[in-house]
Amino acid sequence: MLNTEELITSEACCAYYHIEHSFIQTLNEYGLIEIISDGRTQFIPNTQLGELEKFIRLHYELGINPEGIDAITHLLLKMKDMQEEISLLRNRLQLWDSEG
Amino acid sequence: MEFIDYYKILGLEKNATADQIKKAYRKLARQYHPDLNPNDNQANKKFQQINEANEVLSDPEKRKKYDQYGQNWQHAEAFEKAKQSQQAAGERRYAAGGENEGFGDDFSSGDFSDFFHSMFGGGFSEGRSRAKFKGQDYNAEMQLSLRDAYTTHQRVFKVNDKNIRITVPAGIANGQTIKLKGHGGAGANGGPPGDLYITFAIAEDPVFKRLGDDLYITVELDLYTAVLGGEKMIDTLDGKVKLKVNPETQNGTKTRLKGKGFPVYKKEGVYGDLLITWLIKIPVNLTDKQKALFRELSQS
Repeated sequence: MLNTEELITSEACCAYYHIEHSFIQTLNEYGLIEIISDGRTQFIPNTQLGELEKFIRLHYELGINPEGIDAITHLLLKMKDMQEEISLLRNRLQLWDSEG
Repeated sequence: MEFIDYYKILGLEKNATADQIKKAYRKLARQYHPDLNPNDNQANKKFQQINEANEVLSDPEKRKKYDQYGQNWQHAEAFEKAKQSQQAAGERRYAAGGENEGFGDDFSSGDFSDFFHSMFGGGFSEGRSRAKFKGQDYNAEMQLSLRDAYTTHQRVFKVNDKNIRITVPAGIANGQTIKLKGHGGAGANGGPPGDLYITFAIAEDPVFKRLGDDLYITVELDLYTAVLGGEKMIDTLDGKVKLKVNPETQNGTKTRLKGKGFPVYKKEGVYGDLLITWLIKIPVNLTDKQKALFRELSQS
């Protein structure tokens, strides 16, 4: 049994954001958005709506195709990891600086 | 109020065509869009300028007004009033529902410059005014001590005269940013409010150094305990711990106390380690008898 309180139908998403269902389908194929199905209806977890809105902006406003969105998403993740590493290294440097 | 050269912002000549404006805007927007530059305030500001330039230059009416009065924008309002009085009542100033490419959905008119407001008022033609605009995102910094960051605790702080209570999870890192959804500026036309981003600045502790989830501490050890072994009381952030000291402990030796370090962020009950560096203190002000004993030791 699906907990529908935490899900939104992909149909409702399409109507609200004025987007085609095929766009959500493509994002799902690229592993960018999770789609849950109960056999009849397709749902998107509420927790993914922020990401979905971002992908909508990238596609419909910046004209970036799904392949580009996929590449950007990977690069942004990489960038986030690197920023975390920089932050860790900065803190480590501070540690040695303060000992010196 | 400073004059803003919208053509310069988009890198265009004054005679640029609508297509050139669109292309220049898209190119720059892809470079500075907030979705592609997370937590980058400089890019965010640049994007707002680009957005504002496009809002004016992509709208023929606004562009005309800007071209005519740009340098003397103070006179634009007087000009508009005179022009309006000549027009029939009820006539619309701007074409409603016109195609106007832009990224306005992310920004309220509050993100536009004073210059823009002085020339174009609210900033949006009737066609766009029905669109929902997300409120402005706010950025704030919160100072914490290392000991504050050790425990999950509540904090109250003011943003735009509103008290916001947040829970700071134990183990938050220096420079880490958390997002409070919906605590930014109010949205326009039923749009959602912006978000509040809080970056934590954790001050250095005079005793404990933190590296990830591990804590480092230097503890002085008298020569006799270092040589013969014994016990030593150690301060941790969790209270005092009695530690066994091995005989013949060398200066600079590190001892690891598992689970006595910093709490791991959002993993309740999980802690890093505490690494103790022993600093062997050589006794001073020795008596003649003690010196003789050391001499005897050195010759044995």
